[in-house]
Amino acid sequence: MSSLMAEMSAKALELGVPLSAQIDLTYRCNERCVHCYLDHDDHGEMTTGEIKKLLDELASAGVLFLTLSGGEILLRKDFFEILEYARGLSFCVKLKTNAILIREAEAERIRTLNVDSIQVSIYSHRPEIHDAITKVPGSLKRSLAAIRFLKAQELKVIVADVLMRQNAADYPRVRALASELGAEFTLDPTITPKMDGDRSILGLNAGETALHQVFRDQDLVGNVEEFCAPPSKAGADDFEVLPCSAGHTACYISPYGDVYPCVQFPLPSGNVRRTPFLEIWRHSKALQEVRSIRVGDLTSCSHCDHLTSCTRCPGLAYMEGNMRGPSVQDCEKSFARTGIPSKNLLSKRQLNPELVQIQGFRTSAAVA
Amino acid sequence: MSGKLYVSRSRSVAARKLGDEMLIMSGRDSTLFTLDEVATILWEAADGGNPLDQIVDEKICREFDVERGEAMQDAEALVRGLADHGILQISNEPFGAPDVPGLVER
Repeated sequence: MSSLMAEMSAKALELGVPLSAQIDLTYRCNERCVHCYLDHDDHGEMTTGEIKKLLDELASAGVLFLTLSGGEILLRKDFFEILEYARGLSFCVKLKTNAILIREAEAERIRTLNVDSIQVSIYSHRPEIHDAITKVPGSLKRSLAAIRFLKAQELKVIVADVLMRQNAADYPRVRALASELGAEFTLDPTITPKMDGDRSILGLNAGETALHQVFRDQDLVGNVEEFCAPPSKAGADDFEVLPCSAGHTACYISPYGDVYPCVQFPLPSGNVRRTPFLEIWRHSKALQEVRSIRVGDLTSCSHCDHLTSCTRCPGLAYMEGNMRGPSVQDCEKSFARTGIPSKNLLSKRQLNPELVQIQGFRTSAAVA
Repeated sequence: MSGKLYVSRSRSVAARKLGDEMLIMSGRDSTLFTLDEVATILWEAADGGNPLDQIVDEKICREFDVERGEAMQDAEALVRGLADHGILQISNEPFGAPDVPGLVER
């Protein structure tokens, strides 16, 4: 984060302004990714008018960075009407899409609307792996073609990969592919539970060996020695730190108008169909509770060696049953990074050794 | 040529007021800028229809204790700097419709 961005984020926090928001326009999708956390049925999406009203409210509340995501955003017939309206309100718009429905005309329209960036999900350079993950034959070819259309318009494209058992060995080639296409690359090493709490897809997580490798990839993490160094001892100030921006300067709104602190933190905080956004943002008891939490309040993590460097996600902790608790997946990442088990992993090991066996990594050759 | 300078917010930027500052994200290279209170007033008035000297007279000199010549000089330097970054357009002729609808204030 640039120093100016950090300064503005601090100011937004001080003023209670939601600088960033993500709206999932739909949960419907034309792919069926094995790791997806959403229910793709339409349970009554917001209408065009409702979304425009919400955008007005978000602009009034001070949101600058607006992410439009899904589901697949281009499945909404009113997608470009919504996008045009959002840009008319001067949002910095970022799109997340599988891009299957983007051809020359759509890419050109996106460019004329001055979208900041388009994030496209690519899970492998190999069609047999990518298409098996999306469950749509030909999807890699179509997504890559779309990226070329977008790049022909000189748009900023980010290739987003998710590390899973199926594709763990492929990310260097996906990164190289992104570079060839003139796109940026990002890798998410975490599979998240479904929004309804179903944790069955967590078995897709790549496992310790793959995480160990990823965290020692200089191209991804920069200075490996620094990144994987044992955590430093916590000082008094570290206990006053906010866990993350979710609910503080960022929020999420579902296709049905539900407001959550973050897409990964499905804590019901209100619904914009019943209550104006700003009223929810300022007065929701759920959001106020999230805002009240400091690192020092975290039940296990505040006594953990990893306190100063852990990437603990409060949403994942919430999905595990306690927003003040640890998130096992982040404990596993801290362990893979430093080789030092977290307090939470040690506690679980004492209770039941089998619970902390980090799943062995099946080699890519075995799953390819 | 009228000899006057007209200013219009660029269509490509994203912008939002944060407190008394304006946050502006360049559409050209995603660079983030902030404008202070006075620059924000100029930015908000840059609708392409009113000349800069009129904006300075009506929005700056009436509100702030500043000498007109100095205010005009500073304003011109500012808008030319913003134009260099592609977040403002300048012309000696009025622009058509404003590039960006009225900015939303909290």
